Amino acid sequence: MKNNKFPGQDAIASKGWLVAHKWLLLRRASQFFILALFLIGPLTGVWIVKGNLTSSLTLGVLPLSDPFVILQSLSAGHVVAATGLIGAAIVIVFYMLVGGRVYCSFVCPMNLVTDASRWLAKKFDLPKGWQPSRHARLWALGTVMITAMVTGVMAWEMLNPVTMLHRALVYGTSTVWTVALAVFIFDLVVSRRGWCGHLCPMGAFYGLLGRASVLRISAIKRKDCNDCMDCFEVCPEAHVITPALRGADTGTGPVVVSGDCTNCGRCIDVCAKDVFIFTTRFKNEAPEKNEQITDKKPTPQRAA
Amino acid sequence: MTGKPSAPTSTQSRRRFLGNIARAAGGACAFGLVVGIFGRQAQSLPAQVLRPPGAGNENDFLAACVRCGLCVRDCPYPTLSLADVAGDIPVGTPYFIARNVPCEMCDDIPCVKACPTNALDSKLTNIDDARMGLAVLIDNETCLNMQGLRCDVCHRVCPLINEAITLEMQHNTRTGAHAIFVPTVHSDKCTGCGKCERACVLDKAAIRVLPRYLAKGSIGEHYRLGWIEKELKGESLVPAVQDMPDRLPFGSTIAPRGPK
Repeated sequence: MKNNKFPGQDAIASKGWLVAHKWLLLRRASQFFILALFLIGPLTGVWIVKGNLTSSLTLGVLPLSDPFVILQSLSAGHVVAATGLIGAAIVIVFYMLVGGRVYCSFVCPMNLVTDASRWLAKKFDLPKGWQPSRHARLWALGTVMITAMVTGVMAWEMLNPVTMLHRALVYGTSTVWTVALAVFIFDLVVSRRGWCGHLCPMGAFYGLLGRASVLRISAIKRKDCNDCMDCFEVCPEAHVITPALRGADTGTGPVVVSGDCTNCGRCIDVCAKDVFIFTTRFKNEAPEKNEQITDKKPTPQRAA
Repeated sequence: MTGKPSAPTSTQSRRRFLGNIARAAGGACAFGLVVGIFGRQAQSLPAQVLRPPGAGNENDFLAACVRCGLCVRDCPYPTLSLADVAGDIPVGTPYFIARNVPCEMCDDIPCVKACPTNALDSKLTNIDDARMGLAVLIDNETCLNMQGLRCDVCHRVCPLINEAITLEMQHNTRTGAHAIFVPTVHSDKCTGCGKCERACVLDKAAIRVLPRYLAKGSIGEHYRLGWIEKELKGESLVPAVQDMPDRLPFGSTIAPRGPK
């Protein structure tokens, strides 16, 4: 059996390193680009974007607000001003087009921390540890909103490591590393992919937005799949692949429809057979007869 | 919203399903309690920490402020900052400490204009109406004016000089021949900008800006001050002082004197 510790070796061999890391590189570029947009102002005095990811003003005209935080404010009983509501609406529309959890994979600074933790865990073959249900984050999301309602304040924002991290980076507070380190250690030794994959209520919120999102991954050439398992290994939400990739014999379309999918595109990168592409949710016709796979493939093991 | 196992066909799967629900609900409760306790604790702000103009009471502010820092960015002075992760101020919220950098009371109030959520109330358009706190001459024993000297610095730096802080003359009993000019804050004018506290020449300020709920007393609802009521009515509330007969022992009385 081939070494699946660092998936994508086949893809690197057939497509070259650069193509086999295309979406990863784009994703990192996006994460650093967005961080840079926020940092250029405080560092150089030229203000393109003011504020932080919870609420910002771009070029003095475009207000953007995090709908997750705005919803907490509404739950806590505050009548949010129009600027905040418009900003949140723009963000909601954007993520309903490109996929809710694109926030997680292309924007959120915590992704850099948890991906680093994941990489280190793999390098040292650390055990998966505690794996709470994928629904835990939905419960967390509900609890965050109820707590805001009951206490009348945005209680979760006293603890939310995601907003804390970005704010600390942009406003240059010295204790920025504490929040990142806490999540890093949690993911490393307590629960693999525990934060982004299981617990983060913010991710749950964007996942719900993504349930109806337009831009999707599709296992369009799933009949070419050679069961190398690299996509399952590399996917941060591996359960979303199964119905799309293995759904031919059950009549399920090839589009990854789960809101949990972060549209990170790593499956496209690591697939030597180019099974996956970015497409829209509307291109999800049930497989044609000649596409049906006759010899039933073994059910894949779920990778973390 | 929790796991939907294929329709429970046996008692066992139903039991597992209910068990999962109970576990998730229990976890959510524990999580909610921890978060809630944090939320409650954060509502007690240290007394020297002041909020930007237009912030309501602390509870309302923590429901409204998304901690984006746009007010900090638009403040033209180094007054406002966002609270750090470790500290006793709710993380990420904007504040200032008057003794370090007071509010300069900009006419256009850019911090309020920058707020996207109305955590800083956009109805505040005149900075003189801001109520960030209330200056209190907290230490008579060290205030130089109270020793009969003419420091007057808090009075002179006050943006609302002779309105928010006045100097009230008193007799100096120590010398018997001089006056004491008491710096006196008027709560109906003081915005709590903190310039007096910043400027106080002492090593530790004798005048400090406190949250208004700490600084302000409150007369009982039922309590009436006779001279004010008299002024409101335009005449005395009781027709005249009634002189009752003084009863003496053995049944004798002194008759009322009656009107002169």
